[in-house]
Amino acid sequence: MTSPARQLRGKDERAPVALSDRAMDNLRFIRETMERSASFTHVSGIGGVAMGLVAVAAAWAASRTTSDGAWLSIWLGAAGASFALSAFLMGRKSRAEGVALLSGPGRRFAWSMTPALAAGGVLTAALARGGHFGLLPGTWLLLYGASIVTGGSHSVRPVPVMGMAFMLAGVAALASPPAWGDAYMAAAFGGLHVVFGLLIWRKHGG
Amino acid sequence: MAASSGAVRRRSLEPAERAPGNLDAVHGRTQESGPLELDQLIHERVRLGIVSALAVNGSLTFTDLRDLLGTTDGNLSAHARRLEDAGYVACKKSFDGRTPRTEYGLTEVGKRALNAYLDHMEAIIDATRE
Repeated sequence: MTSPARQLRGKDERAPVALSDRAMDNLRFIRETMERSASFTHVSGIGGVAMGLVAVAAAWAASRTTSDGAWLSIWLGAAGASFALSAFLMGRKSRAEGVALLSGPGRRFAWSMTPALAAGGVLTAALARGGHFGLLPGTWLLLYGASIVTGGSHSVRPVPVMGMAFMLAGVAALASPPAWGDAYMAAAFGGLHVVFGLLIWRKHGG
Repeated sequence: MAASSGAVRRRSLEPAERAPGNLDAVHGRTQESGPLELDQLIHERVRLGIVSALAVNGSLTFTDLRDLLGTTDGNLSAHARRLEDAGYVACKKSFDGRTPRTEYGLTEVGKRALNAYLDHMEAIIDATRE
């Protein structure tokens, strides 16, 4: 609908406004196309390898504990250390390429991962409270994989493929005896991170 | 006011497809500085999309561009060919295993053309604000 102020203007004055709108629309189109097309390429290959090594160490330590509380603390500590390491190394890779980590694609990557990770946090609390520690490894692998698949849809191809591998590992862990939990965690959080980390490092930089 | 001083030639702006071929009176420009030509090659939406996407990616495959711009194979192919003929994009054909792969990249000429187009849009906005 035409605004009253606009109706008062003469015909000659309306055209430049429309032209300006069109120019702004063109600039908006360019910016949106650039943002949509940009992949999040700052997933750190070195970060993946580092996370894998942390997971292998945690699996070794967790397999030696006898209390569920200590077992859970080790894995939560490993998750925190991995997150911090990964964020630091992604930030370093972004800075090296002169791009803000949380620019358009990076922000979409982070937001896309959040729902599945948040669901994992809630399920961890619920399962631990009910004493179902044996279900935790499969749940973590499945939801971490889901978060990587969704986040990875804005990133380079090895990332969502890694997410799917994690999801398959999660399904296998949930279908296996609970005692195999640490082995699955070492194989997936350790092995998959190292393998895909090296692949990303080689193809898309550290 | 910009409009009354003829900041932009209005007659050449309608309809959009035929839009401004020779905007030589954008505010701040003189006849001596040369006409401010709107690059019709980039102005078309699909071609503008191709050039914009390639500006932030080293290269993109035909499939990437088609999915990104939501266009058909034939349409993308025709527009990409026009950009290629003008030297704005470079096309590289290869095989990924047995699958043919067409990859596009923006040339220096294409980068300069996009920058000129961005400058042009900004000049229009500035001119109509004053």
